[in-house]
Order: sequence, then C-alpha cells, then structure tokens
Amino acid sequence: MSRVNVPLPQPRSLAETSRQDRWWVQPLAVFLGLTAFLVYANWAAFQASNFFASAAHPTVSLFGGTKSVAHYLSPMYSPVLYDIPGMTSGHAWFGEAPSWLVSLWDFIPGSYSPAFLILIFPAGFRLTCYYYRGAYYKAFWGDPLNCAVGEPGFRGKKYRGEAKLPLILMNIHRYFLYAALVFILILSYDALISYWFTNPDTGKGSFGIGVGSLILTINPILLGGYTLGCHSLRHLVGGKKDCIGAKGLRRTSYECVSCLNRGHMKWAWFSLVWVGFTDFYVRMVASGAWTDYRLF
Amino acid sequence: MSHAPAKASSETRKQLFRVWRGDKTAGTFKDYTATVTPGMVVLDVIHQIQAEQANDLACRWNCKAGKCGSCSAEINGKPRLMCMTRMDELPTDMPVVVEPMKAFPLIKDLVTDVSWNYDVKKKIKPFKPRKPDAPDGTWRMDQADVDRVQEFRKCIECFLCQDVCHVLRDHHKHEEFIGPRFLVYTAALEMHPLDTEDRLADLRKSQGLGYCNITKCCTKVCPEHITITDNAIIPLKERVVDEYFDPVTKLFKMFKKKT
Ligand code: SF4
Ligand code: SF4
Ligand code: FES
Ligand code: FES
Repeated sequence: MSRVNVPLPQPRSLAETSRQDRWWVQPLAVFLGLTAFLVYANWAAFQASNFFASAAHPTVSLFGGTKSVAHYLSPMYSPVLYDIPGMTSGHAWFGEAPSWLVSLWDFIPGSYSPAFLILIFPAGFRLTCYYYRGAYYKAFWGDPLNCAVGEPGFRGKKYRGEAKLPLILMNIHRYFLYAALVFILILSYDALISYWFTNPDTGKGSFGIGVGSLILTINPILLGGYTLGCHSLRHLVGGKKDCIGAKGLRRTSYECVSCLNRGHMKWAWFSLVWVGFTDFYVRMVASGAWTDYRLF
Repeated sequence: MSHAPAKASSETRKQLFRVWRGDKTAGTFKDYTATVTPGMVVLDVIHQIQAEQANDLACRWNCKAGKCGSCSAEINGKPRLMCMTRMDELPTDMPVVVEPMKAFPLIKDLVTDVSWNYDVKKKIKPFKPRKPDAPDGTWRMDQADVDRVQEFRKCIECFLCQDVCHVLRDHHKHEEFIGPRFLVYTAALEMHPLDTEDRLADLRKSQGLGYCNITKCCTKVCPEHITITDNAIIPLKERVVDEYFDPVTKLFKMFKKKT
C-alpha cells in the first residue's frame, strides 16, 4: 500500500476548515449533554439517600386526596442488594447489610455510596457503545473535531485509534451488553411494582397509577429501545452469519435489532435523559420537595 | 447550513467562485466570477470558468451523472461530487469554495492522484465461493441474504469517504489503513452468502480496521448513501472481536473445530 510517490497535502491545523456551516454545534452539544449528565449522575450517586419513595412523603390521590405509599426506586440505585443500616427501603433483596459487610465496606474504594457499584455497568455500557464512542471522540478530544475539520496536531502519525491500547479495550462492549440486558429486567420489575401502593393505616396494598409509575415505566422502555438496538446484539443475533436465512427466529431478531439500531443515536439520548429525570423525580418525591400524585 | 440557500430562482445571476489553483509544489485560491443559470451544478460552473477565464484549469470528470466517481472535490469544505452539487443549494452571499481532495497527493488544481486506492484493492483477498450447490454448477441463496451485501455494491469509487476519513486525511495512515471504501469492499465479500475466504486476520493486522474510530464521517459524505459505518465497518469490527478479543467465542470455536 505504499504508492504515495508525491507528497500528501499538509494536514490542517486545529479547527481549520473550509466548511461554512456551524460544524461546532454538534460536538459542543454532545460535550455539554454528556458533561451535564456526568455531573448530575455523580452528584446523585454520592447522595446515598432519597432514592426511594417512603411513608414520610406519601403519594396523594388526585381524586379524593387520600394518601398512600408508593414503591418507587431510583434506577441509579437499583437493584438494592442490602439496605444501608437504619434505612429500610423495602427494596432490599437480602435485607439490612450484615455487620461484616458494613465493616468491609469502608475498605472498598468508592464505598461512600452503593450506587457507584451499580453505575459501573450502565456507565461501562455507554462508554463502550459504538455510537457514544464516535460522538465523544469528537466532542471530548477532537479526534476529529468534526468531519473535514482540522485536528489538534500532536497526534499526527502517532494516532492509535482503537487499534492499540488503551482504546482497544472498547472491544469488551458485548460483555457490558450482557449486564445491560439483565438491568432491563431489573428496571422492568421496578416499573411493575411502581403500580403497587400501600395504605399507611391498614398496611394493605392495592393497584394504582401514580405519576411516578408512568415515569418509571417509560424508563425501561427507552432503555430497552437503546439496549436492544446495540450493534453487538445485532451481531450476536444474526449479523455474524453470512446466511441468516429468509425466515425464522434468527431473521426476525436480526431485522428487529437492525430496525432499532437505525435510530440508535436517538434512543441513546432519550434513554440517557430519562434515566436522569427518573432519578430526579424519585429524589424530589422522596425528599418531599415534590408531591407525587395518584391518578388512579 | 447557516446561510440561506438561493431560492430556486429562474434568474441568471453572478456568483463568486474561489477555486484552488496549483500543483504539488505550490498553490493558492483564485477568484472567478461565474454566470449561474437555473439548473446548473458546480461542475458546470467549473467548465464555464475553464472555457471562458482559465483554459488551463484542471478538473476530472466523465459522466456528469453521479455514476463514474471522477469529479470528487471539496465544495465549501465538504467532500462532494461536483456534478451532483446543485448551485441552488449553496449559499449565495459568499464565495463558493472549490478545492481538491485532501487525502491524496495533488497533481494539478482539482485533480488528485488516487492510484493508491487501486493498489490497496489488489491486496484484498478475492471472492472465493463454496462448491456449487447443484450438479449444474449453480448455487442457491436466500434473497434476503444477498440483499444485505447489495448495498455495498452501489459504490462508485469516488473516494470521497477516503478523503473525509481523518485516519487518512489527518493522520496519513495510508500504509496501515485501507480506508472506509475498502472496508465496504471487504464487507461485501466477507458477508457474501457464498464466500468462504477468511479476511479477518488481514483486517485486524495489515489493513488497520482498529484505526477507524467510528466517527461516521464516511457515511455522511457517501453520494450513494451507503451506511458505511453501521452496516459495513461495525459488523466487521464485531467479527474481529469474535476472532481475537472475546475469550468465550474463542473457546467455543476451538471446541467446535475439534468435534
Ligand atoms: S467512521 Fe471510521 S472509516 Fe469512516 S470516516 Fe470515521 S474513522 Fe474513517
Ligand atoms: S463508499 Fe460511497 S463515498 Fe466511498 S467510494 Fe464508494 S460511493 Fe464513494
Ligand atoms: S452499540 Fe450502542 S449500545 Fe451497543
Ligand atoms: S462526473 Fe461522473 S460522478 Fe461526477
């Protein structure tokens, strides 16, 4: 491939381009959007409180004004494996954290909040997502700033792309996908129980629809649209085969994933914003700043 | 675009053009005022300038129908076919900038030496079909499986995707990276229902698939609207992951080979 017998034109310098459109809008929007989410998610994860609705601030029926306790759980704190001692969320799989875990906890880096152990998975999934990769390579380190726009010159011929360390590690994306699929199930369960309300006086439960239930339902739907349109999934369900066949489960799955995949960028952003908003809503309800209303 | 394109006017108007003039040693932009009539494309204007103002202006073209891929250039900073860029979609309140492609050596004015591409193509392992399915030497395939690679065969080899790809354009990795055009070409062979050749080792090693960082610029400029990144490059990357980076599929494959 070494047939360049006349010299190549000099690469352009940083941000140099003949483009006349506002080429900087897109990378700037990605930069601001992702930065805002990162800041919020870190802040929310540090709180280690107000991540579930409780009897302290019950849901109010829109018609009749009676009060009941919702079972909303923030997606950033789901699943709750053990309750933080003294904080009974009602969502813990194994009850209150045993004392050995609490003492061990202090030695685990990042142990200030259990949310960090959960967020590793969705964060890793999005960090290694093909769409986000292409987008944040542009927005965060200008590689390139945008199409046909000059780059910072220091990389030059030393450019490594995803061919070498560190970015070669992006190839583990499919493992994060497996985790993300499990998370859809967990978050769907959270959505399901958000339709269950407890009467604070009698302790009896009943079906209901709160504003929070709707918010918690949209969340796994958007995440599902994002996760099920993943390029790695597209490969796994059929893309890896040269002969997928005209009919059958493999063809149907391949077509479905391909269909979601075409809108992968939109699903990526909507689901990201919605996860943040869902956490925010639950946080507001849990702290009493907002009142959750029951429509039914 | 931040500027309003000209209304589809029926009037003849004057338009300033800024065209790159020069060769491999030196060059500069030169301004020309052209007469634009309705229905004109950029290539028409270049021909007009060539006929009336600069007889020695070099440009390459052939079909004027967006099918031969000869007239690739950069118009207002974007890699495009000159014959398919209509004058009425460009802003009128500023000069129209026409330059040669940046990822290839310049010969003269708007003409670049794209022969590197032909050398790259020769290094890609050719189609190797399986044994015929029927005694008369024919094969059977599902239409749906053929459709998948059909998209890649629309390529007209304009090399605009090669031009916009920063791996070639800015990082000059011509020795190590084959570029989006040839990743599309490889995908067409590699995913073909009849093909039996294995190109994954080449893709990973000598052809530099890993250099692509999925910026999708190639997809954006392709005049044939081939979904280069999503349908060709990423699926190839996933196949390379199967072969080289995923311990589970690797184990599975070893086991399969033995049994
Ligand atoms: S997606 Fe890959 S091949 Fe296409 S322009 Fe970007 S880096 Fe180049
Ligand atoms: S893939 Fe598209 S942009 Fe690239 S050479 Fe072919 S037609 Fe041109
Ligand atoms: S490619 Fe985006 S989630 Fe897998
Ligand atoms: S002249 Fe053939 S594509 Fe433009």
